[in-house]
Amino acid sequence: MREIKVPVTRIEGHGLITIDLDRGGKVARARFHVTEGRGFERFCQGRTVWEMPGITARICGICPVSHLLCSAKAGDAILAVRPPRPANKLRRLMNLGQYVQSHALSFFHLSSPDLLLGWDSDPKARNVFGLAQATPQLALDGIRLRAYGQEIIAALGEKKVHPAWAVPGGVHSPLAAEARDRLAAKFPEAMRIAQDALSLYENQMSGWADEVAAFGDFPSLFMSLVGADGTWEHHEGRIRFVDAERRIVADGLDPARYPEYIGEAVEGWSYLKFPYFQDAGYPDGLYRVGPLARLNCCDRIGSPLADAALARFRATADGKAVTSSFHYHYARLIEIVAALERIAAYLDDPETLSARVRAEAGVNELEGVGVHEAPRGTLFHHYWVDEGGVLTRANLIVSTGHNNLAMNRTVTQIAHRYLDGQKIREGLLNRLEGGIRAYDPCLSCSVHAVGQMPLKVVLRGPGGEVLDERARDA
Amino acid sequence: MSFLDLDERLLELAAKAELVYSPIVDIKEYPDDVDVVLVEGAVGNSEHRHLLEEIRRKTRILVAFGDCAVTGNVPSLRNPIPREEVLRAVYGDGDAPGLEEGDVPKLLPQALPLHAVVTVDRFLPGCPPPADRIWKFIQGLLAGKRPELVGADLRFG
Repeated sequence: MREIKVPVTRIEGHGLITIDLDRGGKVARARFHVTEGRGFERFCQGRTVWEMPGITARICGICPVSHLLCSAKAGDAILAVRPPRPANKLRRLMNLGQYVQSHALSFFHLSSPDLLLGWDSDPKARNVFGLAQATPQLALDGIRLRAYGQEIIAALGEKKVHPAWAVPGGVHSPLAAEARDRLAAKFPEAMRIAQDALSLYENQMSGWADEVAAFGDFPSLFMSLVGADGTWEHHEGRIRFVDAERRIVADGLDPARYPEYIGEAVEGWSYLKFPYFQDAGYPDGLYRVGPLARLNCCDRIGSPLADAALARFRATADGKAVTSSFHYHYARLIEIVAALERIAAYLDDPETLSARVRAEAGVNELEGVGVHEAPRGTLFHHYWVDEGGVLTRANLIVSTGHNNLAMNRTVTQIAHRYLDGQKIREGLLNRLEGGIRAYDPCLSCSVHAVGQMPLKVVLRGPGGEVLDERARDA
Repeated sequence: MSFLDLDERLLELAAKAELVYSPIVDIKEYPDDVDVVLVEGAVGNSEHRHLLEEIRRKTRILVAFGDCAVTGNVPSLRNPIPREEVLRAVYGDGDAPGLEEGDVPKLLPQALPLHAVVTVDRFLPGCPPPADRIWKFIQGLLAGKRPELVGADLRFG
């Protein structure tokens, strides 16, 4: 087979796409390789459950809050306690701030240059600074919306990145009244920006029909947490799987028993594992997680603006699941609105100022699972400890990992649609990257790896010889 | 990401400096004759090492940006454990990535701070360095001065 390699930028982390051609010069296979690995699960052995939120938050600079909260939840299970209600609300508030900042980063800073400047626009200017030149207000809006999410995180955790705030049993400190007032005062601007961005997407969506059809549009399962009554959920609840018809395939699954329904495959060509739905086997048990999956799985969001947007979103698929991964962007914008509506409710809720924020206890269980919806999808932290709370084993399944099979299928679909001959042309290159970028993968997270660098694309022939390599040149 | 917390100051910076290589721009080859580079993260695999060496050759001022780059920090927690044991614990006994060079780079025996691999000109600590500290540092560089970080700005974590 021949192979094409593509390095990918404007994602978080480091990876490589290879495209193998058959003897007829057609795409035989395309693979997305994650090239970073750090071994968190091993070196966490010997650390205490109390240190884990601080250590695992360092897995990633984009969504440290997700690891912080998920690790604290695994700690709750080991302490066998339920955090006091105010602590639970504060954790939720921080996570919603995280949705706002992370989704804003994905849309405005990383993806809108493709959507608004064009897939085939000059690569030198196709970034947030180019956007600032072309549409200054939009770029500034993106910066301010992301900053609002970061400010919520900092108001609670005293730091914007890697706050050491959530602990097993609850959180470290409550929200101060003046911080709440400051957040409330800035809220209207954030909501205005979020709604404008959603309208912009909906108004321009018809112009991207070709990409919508090629960027990972295929039937699949979707997985997310949903609330007890089927409402959109991001911190508690139970696991639900739906299919492409939006029929419920499995529901009410206990997140702590994930090994009964999620398998994890390993391939030597990627540091990122390949989770799959066990009933369907590997690799047929492909499912997607994250914003698209959460909107496909839930019955409703539970707040007026977001539910109205959800109805429009569903109308694009006649009420069935929205199956194009391109619309992760759409789902992300709806989730920003949803997060802001819930944030408004918490800022209005006097209980978020309560000092009852932590349940104290020792080690009462020797195994605990934390589960949580990170911006990119469902996150699992599973710890085994000794009587002193020292970890003997850890397993993490991170959001981007669940989407690994889907991302591989997406790059294959895009290669089939846009590869022309044996050269990697700019249009193909950026669309391959765009297909990956739609998932907003956090490759740092997914392999628990540090460092953000571009991805590469390599095109290989039938004998494995390299035909072309990009490395897009300046 | 802390760099993006510069918020509106990013636009001010864009007017004064040309961003030529970054996770947020689409240029994939590290260019020649770069004035300043901020390198984050520890050196954990063969590809990091190659890129860092290339960056050193092509850059005037190389800054170790953040605690992982300055000390190895959390990624270096694996350093006492043999590489194969780390990879086997995570990926099991089968075909595991990182043991040898292949489609993905080989994991180095240890995660190293930048200065263990190349000469580093400046160090900016913090996990991550807060945006105000980054801004202070960058303004010094733009003024052509050696940025003076003192007191709390030298804190790790």
